[in-house]
Amino acid sequence: MSIQKVRSHISPNEALLFERSSPGKKAYQLPELDVPPVDPATALGASHVRAEIEGFPEVSEVEVIRHFTRLSTWNYAIDHGMYPLGSCTMKYNPRVNELVARIEGLAWAHPYQPESLSQGALEIMARLESALLEITGMDAVTLQPAAGAHGELTGILLIRALLEQRGNPRKKILIPDSAHGTNPATAAIAGYQVENIRSSEHGLLDLVALEQSVTEDVAALMITNPNTLGVFESCIIEAAAVLHRKGALLYMDGANMNALVGIARPGDFGADVMHLNLHKTFSTPHGGGGPGGGPVAVKKHLEPFLPVPRLKRNGEGWALDYARPQSIGKVRAFYGNFGVLVRALAYIMAHGGNGLRAATADAVLNANYIRKKLEPYFDLPYTLPNMHEAVFSDERQARQGVRTGDIAKRLIDYGFHPYTVSFPLIVHGAMMIEPTETESKLELDQFIDAMISIAGEVEAEPGMVRTAPHSTRTSRVDEVKAARKPVLKWTPASP
Amino acid sequence: MLVACGLESLEELFAHLPEAVRLKRPLDLPRGVSEYEIVDYFRRRGEENAAGYASFLGAGVYAHYRPVLVDTVVARGEFLTSYTPYQAEISQGTLTSIFEFQTMICQLTSMDVANASMYDGSTALAEAALMAARLTGRNGLVVARNVHPEYREVLKTYAKNQDMPLTEFGYDPETGAADLAGLEREINDRTAAVIVQSPNFFGVVEDVDRAAAIARRSGALLVMAFTEAVSLGILNPPAADIVAGELQSFAISPSFGGPFAGIIATREKFARQMPGRLVGETTDTHGNRAFCLTLATREQHIRREKATSNICTNQALIALMATVFMSVYGKQGLRELAGQNLAKAHYLAGKLQPRFTGPFFNEFVVSTGRRSPDEINHVLLGERIIGGLPLARFYPELPDTMLLCATEMSRREDMDKLAGAF
Amino acid sequence: MDPQNYRYTKEHEWVHVEGDTGTVGITDHAQHELGDIVYVDFKYGRETLKPGQHVEQGKPIGSVESVKAVSDIYSPISGDVIETNGALADTPEKLNADPYGEAWLLKIRLSNPAEIENLLSAADYQSYIGAEK
Repeated sequence: MSIQKVRSHISPNEALLFERSSPGKKAYQLPELDVPPVDPATALGASHVRAEIEGFPEVSEVEVIRHFTRLSTWNYAIDHGMYPLGSCTMKYNPRVNELVARIEGLAWAHPYQPESLSQGALEIMARLESALLEITGMDAVTLQPAAGAHGELTGILLIRALLEQRGNPRKKILIPDSAHGTNPATAAIAGYQVENIRSSEHGLLDLVALEQSVTEDVAALMITNPNTLGVFESCIIEAAAVLHRKGALLYMDGANMNALVGIARPGDFGADVMHLNLHKTFSTPHGGGGPGGGPVAVKKHLEPFLPVPRLKRNGEGWALDYARPQSIGKVRAFYGNFGVLVRALAYIMAHGGNGLRAATADAVLNANYIRKKLEPYFDLPYTLPNMHEAVFSDERQARQGVRTGDIAKRLIDYGFHPYTVSFPLIVHGAMMIEPTETESKLELDQFIDAMISIAGEVEAEPGMVRTAPHSTRTSRVDEVKAARKPVLKWTPASP
Repeated sequence: MLVACGLESLEELFAHLPEAVRLKRPLDLPRGVSEYEIVDYFRRRGEENAAGYASFLGAGVYAHYRPVLVDTVVARGEFLTSYTPYQAEISQGTLTSIFEFQTMICQLTSMDVANASMYDGSTALAEAALMAARLTGRNGLVVARNVHPEYREVLKTYAKNQDMPLTEFGYDPETGAADLAGLEREINDRTAAVIVQSPNFFGVVEDVDRAAAIARRSGALLVMAFTEAVSLGILNPPAADIVAGELQSFAISPSFGGPFAGIIATREKFARQMPGRLVGETTDTHGNRAFCLTLATREQHIRREKATSNICTNQALIALMATVFMSVYGKQGLRELAGQNLAKAHYLAGKLQPRFTGPFFNEFVVSTGRRSPDEINHVLLGERIIGGLPLARFYPELPDTMLLCATEMSRREDMDKLAGAF
Repeated sequence: MDPQNYRYTKEHEWVHVEGDTGTVGITDHAQHELGDIVYVDFKYGRETLKPGQHVEQGKPIGSVESVKAVSDIYSPISGDVIETNGALADTPEKLNADPYGEAWLLKIRLSNPAEIENLLSAADYQSYIGAEK
């Protein structure tokens, strides 16, 4: 099948809701009140009653549907095609997950309803906990954190609590220079100083540098494995030993678990605590930027500090246990993103143990296939075996004045979402590609052909690549203007 | 494909891993099951979970009708399965709807700028407190005890690690409102933020403007929390410095506690200290209006350890549900909806003994009199009604009381049955 | 070209001393690395930098932002702030166009003129950034 650039498609224009609004239009109808109405000023006091909500839109039902439908046609999505975004694990979002999350007894459950009437929800959480423990090789897990960064914070707070109990919370967290930005930001919010550790010439953790850096002041090392180059940290067991000898702990950022499920378990190679991203490895939908789920799994020694409440057995059923005096407290109200947990469990159930392992193998195969096919055209800065993602650099193309961001934008004209641009920072002009197991050979070949075609365009017409995309609803968006003069809401004066 | 990679088997892909890390057995999980079996499993769990009961629980999670249009819109794959809108040219759908969301939140709260959502109300409040500390250069927090107990617990978790001393002040035992004399006693020149909730956990509407005046006199910021977003349809937005709230009431399923969507809204001058994503208006190269993520230099992926927050994910799909909800109800609908909530709750309160005299929206505390809250709730369960939240677990000084909530979904006959059980 | 009579730091600031007044800015190399500049923030500790504020050589006095990056600015000299360049609030893009002239950042009354000796000459700065590449 020959490579096709996208063909244009009519995409209706659509104004903002406020620009479509006019008084008297409505899209709702409430039932008649079966109780007497109450005058707000009398019930609340006149000073507490607001005038109308100025500027709030009034539109009809048809206008609501057309508005959001038109908007949706301006988006790319996994349902359209591949997202080769490194470390995002944009896999297919199974639709059965959406159905089960909406089952009435689950969707309408109130977190404070009687435990005897919540056994269905608690059973789901217990089963997910058990599955995640088997997958990670850890001893206990909390489902409370709302997303990956939230899980990171929880994990670091657990480390702090343990070290405090041992007499000294310590001051520093070591973070590789290849790490995702959430890692140092999390350390700072948890009250630790960040110390960067340089990667070795192969892009891996430098064991010698680690041995030198781990002092009595170091609480932990935060590491992603495989790292953000998609390479497995082969010295991970030794690294854990170095840390543990000095009384420090190993935190594993589980963002890249899609390379490890069924193959290796962080609990087996020395992690004390880790978080998972349910919206990455476990298929829950990104929804344009969230919600997610960031469960944190720990070894036994950290278990007493986990957030409250924990699940505990109550006869044949489950109960919520708040009697946990050493707990770090709560990292959010209630128990976690339950709706997301349902979806993650459905995914695990659909695959089963063998299916999860097979998915991992497919994900790694897909990434290696892409690497092999694109190696002749794009610079490969680190040459160790990669797992589920491959990182190229724009070194070759930069000679024509074309950078990774430009190539990414040109990829859009071929019907793909860009790969991850300019990350990790240790690769100059990085192009990080993670296909996931979702993509078939057909789709991968289309992607590969597109990238090869672009490589040719860079040589023949670099200017055209630099000004891409050319086929989208908007041309390149002026991010500089947006930052210089931020306009963060609509006002009647706006054009 | 294996041939292209120069391999003979899938197993070779993992041959480079150290032997010691390899899992040498299959995962001990049940085999993969069919779609039918998955649906059946969750359907059974749903049945074990109070399906079909009428509920009078509020306490931070509210039962409001979800217009059909909400799920119709979010079921679209273009919204459901899309990624964070970093690539503006192919994410104008998400970006435009977030811009509308930010606008509507500003309109509701009378603030200048709102972000694209936080995980939930409790973490939004914690982040608002950290923001106040950055803005004032101070580290003390003074919090009303009638702020949602779980929100206060989350605040404590975050504050402890930032070396932020947190003190609480009480409530008036008659009105249920925050005790502002107590606030005056606790506030000092190290206070970064005064934190109140309105309507508060007891459902009582606070005099936030007076609390704000006290805060400002000490150079502190006033942070206002809310858990019941529908109240904004009728309540006058007070002059807070930072508003941190929960939008679950806007067509977000209670879902046993999450996922929800929090917001932070504030004044223009504080915008650069806001955590979380922000969408801004701009143009493309042809001068057409377009939207993009902006002021990203506050965020973790650029600022790293100096970021305003570590937050990466927002709650985009959940915020979209709220945006659709707000579009469906609109200016008049939200007001009418709030009016119905007010009527229902006041009807129910009229049949019972509200514990506090302060004005309330759709929640209030009742003394249970001769029967204990647990007894009453037990009787009600027999009628497939879930009663109120007994408050003793959070407020030991209020042993025989429960917190009741009535919304537009509460039927008169159920309210009559509830009152009858007292 | 970097003005020959200015002095430079390894953090890519310049200072132009006339009498006891030092005018401070960022170098052409810095603005080029950052890309289109969108915002300039003057801060000393947690406070906005104001006239009269005393600053120390090497301490952070604010930051310069582009869309995708932030760079902290460090004071090349010690002294009291005379004024910060208010025009940059409205037109930060001047930093890209004229980093050595119109887009100066602040003026400082030197408290320790001997400090200038610690700084790089234009030639040394050129060598430094050449080596960095």
